Amino acid sequence: MDPISFVKLVKGLTMALGGMIPALSVGFIGAKAMDSIGRNPEAAGKLFVPMLLGMAFAEAIAIYSLVVSFTL
Amino acid sequence: MTLPPAAAETLWMLGPLPVTNAMVNGWIAVIFFVIVAGMIRIGVKTGMFKGLVFTAEAIVEWLLSEAQKVTGDRARAMRFLPIVGASFLLILFSNWLGQMPGTGSMGIWLPVRGELELVPLLRPATSDVNFTLALGMGAVLATHIFGFTFLGFADHMSKFVNVRGIGRALKKGPIALLTAFIELGIGLIELIGEVAKILSLCLRLFGNIFAGEVLMTVMLGLFAYAIPLPFMALEILVGMVQATVFAMLTLAYLTVATDRHGHEAESSLVRQRPLLASQTGKRLWWKKEREIEAVQA
Repeated sequence: MDPISFVKLVKGLTMALGGMIPALSVGFIGAKAMDSIGRNPEAAGKLFVPMLLGMAFAEAIAIYSLVVSFTL
Repeated sequence: MTLPPAAAETLWMLGPLPVTNAMVNGWIAVIFFVIVAGMIRIGVKTGMFKGLVFTAEAIVEWLLSEAQKVTGDRARAMRFLPIVGASFLLILFSNWLGQMPGTGSMGIWLPVRGELELVPLLRPATSDVNFTLALGMGAVLATHIFGFTFLGFADHMSKFVNVRGIGRALKKGPIALLTAFIELGIGLIELIGEVAKILSLCLRLFGNIFAGEVLMTVMLGLFAYAIPLPFMALEILVGMVQATVFAMLTLAYLTVATDRHGHEAESSLVRQRPLLASQTGKRLWWKKEREIEAVQA
């Protein structure tokens, strides 16, 4: 396989593999938030900002792999 | 359709310095905030721009209450608010300015790598790694400066290079000495953590906003009319969330850096509150004395 197509393959694989576990963790955070809201519907307002914050941190790891995929 | 490159494109040269399209947006943001700040100052003194002053007061009061939830006490929230609130507003404005029509599309034809290409005149300032890296370095530098100001030189340095702990443990015995050496190693690893903080702040903001730019280019290149709308809404949300995350992380780092209760064994020797400026005898030349007393009391 020549170098150019190998680089393209690695770019795609970087993003694909690097996005799997952050996606799972964002889903877990959302699921836990849904559990808590179901248990205590009044706390939905107070829960929203920490959930969004947690999701942004978890998503940042996927963003790192996106930056690596861009710079390759 | 050409995707925007990861590095911001140079528009013209100002002497030896290249002026990029992201730099143009950065300066638009800075000039906007300087003008708004001037108008608010005139409005507070003479009573002219009442609507603007009321809006600004509401925003600052909201930012202060949010900051107080993270720091715990009001005095520290008020001292950290200039850095944290300014970062929040600057990043929010820069992100949202990227959704204005014309950003990323209006351009001039410049020769790029041999062939003529449409180089956009405007590009979100935060989609340039230089801008976000400067913001990240400024934030972490601010945490260290505030750490020195609040805790004093020895206390803050001993968080990272804990030689003082070894000196204290020499009197206690071999197990305490081993623990002190391990804490020295942990402190040195914390230094690497500081570099990781800078990189994570920089890359999180850059990655989100630059990926948003690429997404908008692709979507608007696909079909210009109804389809890009949900993606523009997503970009507005992402701009707000990333500004919040940056500001809240900076605030959390500042709070941790100025916390005294890191070591329980030495807490009896440490002052519990930062001294008033009149007690230390230091003149803070950028603040009037009564403002400092009012804040720290």
